Amino acid sequence: MTQDLTRLSASELADGLAAGEFTSVDATQAHLDRIAAVDGAVNAFLHVNADEALATARSVDERRAAGESLHRLAGVPIAVKDVVVTKGMPTTAGSKILEGWIPPYDATLVERIRAAGLPILGKTNMDEFAMGSSTEHSAFGNTRNPWDLDRIPGGSGGGSAAAVAAFEAPLAIGTDTGGSIRQPGAVTGTVGVKPTYGGVSRYGLIAMASSLDQAGPVTRTVLDSALLHELIGGYDPRDSTSIPGRAPALVDAAVQGAGGDLTGLRVGVVKELSGEGYQEGVSARFAQSLDLLRGLGAEVVEVSCPHFEYALGAYYLIMPSEASSNLAKFDGMRFGLRVEPEEGPVTAERVMAATRGAGFGDEVKRRVILGTYALSAGYYDAYYGSAQKVRTLIQRDFAAAFEQADVLVSPTAPTTAFRFGEKLDDPLAMYLNDVATIPANLAGVPGMSVPSGLSDDGLPVGFQILAPAKADDRMYRVGAALESALLSTWGGPLLDRAPALPTATTELEG
Amino acid sequence: MTATTVDLVDYADATRRYDPVIGIEVHVELGTLTKMFCPAEVSFGAEPNTQVTPVSLGLPGALPVVNGKAVEYAIRIGLALNCQIAETCRFARKNYFYPDVPKNFQTSQYDEPIAYDGWIDVELEDGTVFRVEIERAHMEEDAGKNTHVGGATGRIHGAEYSLVDYNRAGIPLVEIVTRPITGAGDRAPEVARAYVQTLRDIFRALDVSEARMERGNVRADVNLSLRPTPESPLGTRTETKNVNSFRSVERAVRYEISRQAAVLDAGGTIVQETRHWHEDTGITTSGRVKSDAEDYRYFPEPDLVPIAPPREWIDEIRAGLPELPVARRRRLQGEWGYADAEMRDVVNAGAIDLIEATVAAGTSPAGARKWWMGELARRAKQDEVTLEELSVTPAQIAELQGLVDSGRINDKLARQVLEGVLAGEGDPEQVVTARGLEVVSDDGALLAAIDEALAAQPDVVEKVRGGNLGPVGAIIGAVMKATRGQADAGRVRELILERIG
Repeated sequence: MTQDLTRLSASELADGLAAGEFTSVDATQAHLDRIAAVDGAVNAFLHVNADEALATARSVDERRAAGESLHRLAGVPIAVKDVVVTKGMPTTAGSKILEGWIPPYDATLVERIRAAGLPILGKTNMDEFAMGSSTEHSAFGNTRNPWDLDRIPGGSGGGSAAAVAAFEAPLAIGTDTGGSIRQPGAVTGTVGVKPTYGGVSRYGLIAMASSLDQAGPVTRTVLDSALLHELIGGYDPRDSTSIPGRAPALVDAAVQGAGGDLTGLRVGVVKELSGEGYQEGVSARFAQSLDLLRGLGAEVVEVSCPHFEYALGAYYLIMPSEASSNLAKFDGMRFGLRVEPEEGPVTAERVMAATRGAGFGDEVKRRVILGTYALSAGYYDAYYGSAQKVRTLIQRDFAAAFEQADVLVSPTAPTTAFRFGEKLDDPLAMYLNDVATIPANLAGVPGMSVPSGLSDDGLPVGFQILAPAKADDRMYRVGAALESALLSTWGGPLLDRAPALPTATTELEG
Repeated sequence: MTATTVDLVDYADATRRYDPVIGIEVHVELGTLTKMFCPAEVSFGAEPNTQVTPVSLGLPGALPVVNGKAVEYAIRIGLALNCQIAETCRFARKNYFYPDVPKNFQTSQYDEPIAYDGWIDVELEDGTVFRVEIERAHMEEDAGKNTHVGGATGRIHGAEYSLVDYNRAGIPLVEIVTRPITGAGDRAPEVARAYVQTLRDIFRALDVSEARMERGNVRADVNLSLRPTPESPLGTRTETKNVNSFRSVERAVRYEISRQAAVLDAGGTIVQETRHWHEDTGITTSGRVKSDAEDYRYFPEPDLVPIAPPREWIDEIRAGLPELPVARRRRLQGEWGYADAEMRDVVNAGAIDLIEATVAAGTSPAGARKWWMGELARRAKQDEVTLEELSVTPAQIAELQGLVDSGRINDKLARQVLEGVLAGEGDPEQVVTARGLEVVSDDGALLAAIDEALAAQPDVVEKVRGGNLGPVGAIIGAVMKATRGQADAGRVRELILERIG
C-alpha cells in the first residue's frame, strides 16, 4: 500500500472507506502501527485498545460489504480522553486513585461512537482529573508535543491533541473545563472545539467542575470537528443540563464556510484578550488571521468585555469548589485504589484519608483544598457567592459583545508550548495559560481553536473563535473559512511542517 | 456504654416549672417505583446491592436526573400540609464523608425547599385540636444501610467490619420540618406523638408512601428545649435522632423534659447535641456535640437544573388531593351520628375504614359499630391481630347483619355464623346453610317444644296463670335450649302466653 492512511483527515478516510479504496481494518491497523511506532516518544496513550478496535473495524467492513447503510464516520478510528468512562476499558482520568478501574458502563458519547461504528484506538493521557494546562500533572508520565518533544502538548487534554498532531488518530475526544480542548489544540497545531454547554452529554465524563465541563472534538480539520461534534452532540435525557431539541447543522456550516465568503459577518476582537502578556509571535499570527478574515469580506470590530479580567479569579473559585465535591467519591470504599493507614486503627475515615492522601497528586489536592475552603461556612458568600456574581457579569459582557459582533475572536493561548517544568512550580503562571479560554466556560458559550500558523519560535499558534450559546454553527463557518484561507497561504496543512518523529524502528536503526 | 446515673425530675414537677418547646423533623420514604435520581427499582427486602445503577452507586461519570413522580409526591405532601409551593427551587449538595453516602455528598434541598410555610391541625386523644406550623418540606435522597459485623449489638464501635447495602441509597425522601411548637405545656409528648401519627395518616391518605413505621418508611428526629416561662427566650435544644414509633416519640419527649429539667435545676446548661434514643431502656444518651459538627459546605447542585413546577400542574395536583384524615373523621362522625367518645374509640381501634365499608354495603352505622367494636374487637384482641387482619370482610359483616335484620337469624345465632366465617367456612349465608343455624319459625315445631317445657314445669304455669309473668323467662329459656337457640325468642313468648291462656 503506497498511501499512508494516517495522513488522511477523518472525512478523507470516510470518503475512501465509502468508495471501497481501503477497509476500516486497513485504516485502524495503520493507526495502531503508527501508535506502536511513535507513542514511545509521544506518550499520548494510556491504554491501547487494539483488539477491540480491530474487531469493530472488521464488523464495520462486513456491514459495509453487506450493503448496510452506515454512519459517515463508520470505520474511522478515534481516540478517547481517559476522563470519559468506557465499558470494559480502563479509565483512570490520569490518576493513581483509579488505576486498574474498569467501568461497568459507557458514557453517552462513547455509546454514540460505538453505535456509529468508530473503532476506539485507546484512551489518551491527561492532567490528573483534567486539572492542568500541560499534562505534566498526569500520574502516568508526560505527553510530549510532537512539534518539539521537550515541550508540553498543552492540557489537560495533551494526550488527545498530541495523538491527533502525531497522526496516531484522525479524531479524538477531549473535555474542556477552562480550555483543556482549545489550548492543547493551539499548542499542537490542531483543531479543538468546546461546544455550547449542554450541547454534548456529560453522562460518563468523570466530572471536574460540573457547571463548566464540556466534551468536544479534537481533529486536524474544521470539517472533521463538525462531523464528530454532530455525532456526539444532541440531547441526552441522562444529563439534566443537556439542551433539548435539534442541534444546529455544523457540517453544513463548515462546508459553507470553506467556500470562503464571509461578507457581512461582524468579527469582534475582544480588547481584554490581547496585547499585554501575549507572546509577540502569537499576536502577529492573530493579526494576520484578522487580515485574512477581512479579505473574505468580514468586518472586524473591537469589542470590550470589561469583566473578563475577573474571569480567572472567579474560575479558580467555582471550579475547585465543584471539584472538591465531585472528587469526594474517590475514597477507597467502592472502586479504585484503597490504602489502609500504616499504623493505628483501620476505620472507614482513616482508610478514606490514607487512600486520598496516596491516590491524589499535588494539583488535585491543591484544588480540593481550595474548593473546600471556598465553600466553608463563613466564606461561602465571599468566595463562591462572589464568583457566581462575576460569572453573571461575564455572561452579560458576552451578551453585550454579541450585540456588536456575530463571533468574538482572540488568540487561544498567550504563548506557544513551553518547556517541561517551566511552570510546574508556579501554579499561577500555569493558570494564566487559560486566561483567554476560561470566559467561554463561565458563560457556557462555544469556542473553537483553529491553527493560525507558527510563531517566531517555529511552534504553532491557535486562533480562538467564540459564538453565542447554541450558535456553534457560526464558529464552524468562520473557522472553516479561515482554515481554507490559511491553507492557501501555507500551501498545505500546517502539520506538514512538523518535524518527523523518531519511530521505534528508526531508533533501532539509529 | 459506661453506666452513669442520670438525674431526672418528676415529669409533672418539670412541666410545672418549665415550658417545653418541641420541633420535629420527619423523614418519609416516598413510594415511587424508582429512585430519586436514577431508574433503579425500589422494593422492600431485595438482595443487597441489587437495586443500584452507576448513579446510585456514585460511580465516576454518573449524573442524576430528577424523578418527576417524586416531585409530584412532594408537592402533594406540601399541599396537604397547607404549604406554599415554590415557583422555582433547587437541589443542593450536602457534603460529608460517610461510606453509606456513595458520592460523599447527599443531594438535598437547602435554602430553596419545594414547599414552605404550612400548618396542620392534629387531634389529641381527648379531641383537643392543636395546630402545628410547618416551616418547610424538602426533597432529598436516602443513604445506604450499614451493617456492622462483630462487636456488640450491631454498633459500629468494636465491630470487626461493616457492610453497606446501597439498595436504599437514593430512595426519595421528603423531610418535613416544624417551626418550634410552643404552648403544648405538659401535653408536649402527646402533641409530638399525635403530630407524627397525623403525618403518617396523611402520607397514607395521599398514597405517597406505605408509611410503615416498623420498616423505617417514616423516621422522626425530635428537638426539645425548656424555658422557665412561655415568655422567656427559647432554651438550648437537643435533637434526639431516629425515634421510630409513635410511642417512642412520646416517651422520648417526656424523657428529655425530665432530664433537661434536672440539668437546669442543678444549675447546669443544656449542651446543643444530637442524642440517641434507646428503645429498650426508654432513655436518650449523648451523641455528637453540634457545636463542632461538620460544616456541610452546601452549594447548589450543578448537575441538576432548577425545578419550576408549572402552576397548572400544581392546581391539577391540588384538585386531585384526597380528603385528609381529620376532615374525613369529622365528616363521618357527623354522618354516622357517633358520640365523640365512640368516634375516638373507632379511630383508635383502626376501625374507621372497615366501618365505612360496612356502612357502604348497607348496614346501619350503629350496626356496623356494634360488630367491629364488639365481637370483632374482642376476637382481634384475643388473637393479637389488627381488625384488618381478621379474616372477615366488611361485605360479610353487612351480609351477617342483613340476616339478623330480616329475622332469619338472631343475635346469638349471628355470633355462631361469624365464628364460621372467621373459621373460613365461607360467607354468612353459606355458614347458615352448612351449620343449619336458621331460626326455627315453624310454629308446630315450637309448640311441641313449648308443651314439653310446660309439662316439665307445672309450678311455673300456675304462677303465670295467677298473673305473675316473671317466670315466663324460665320457660322461654327451656324452649331455646331445646331448639339449640334457633328459635325466635319473641315468637316463643307469644306462643307460651297463648298456650297458657
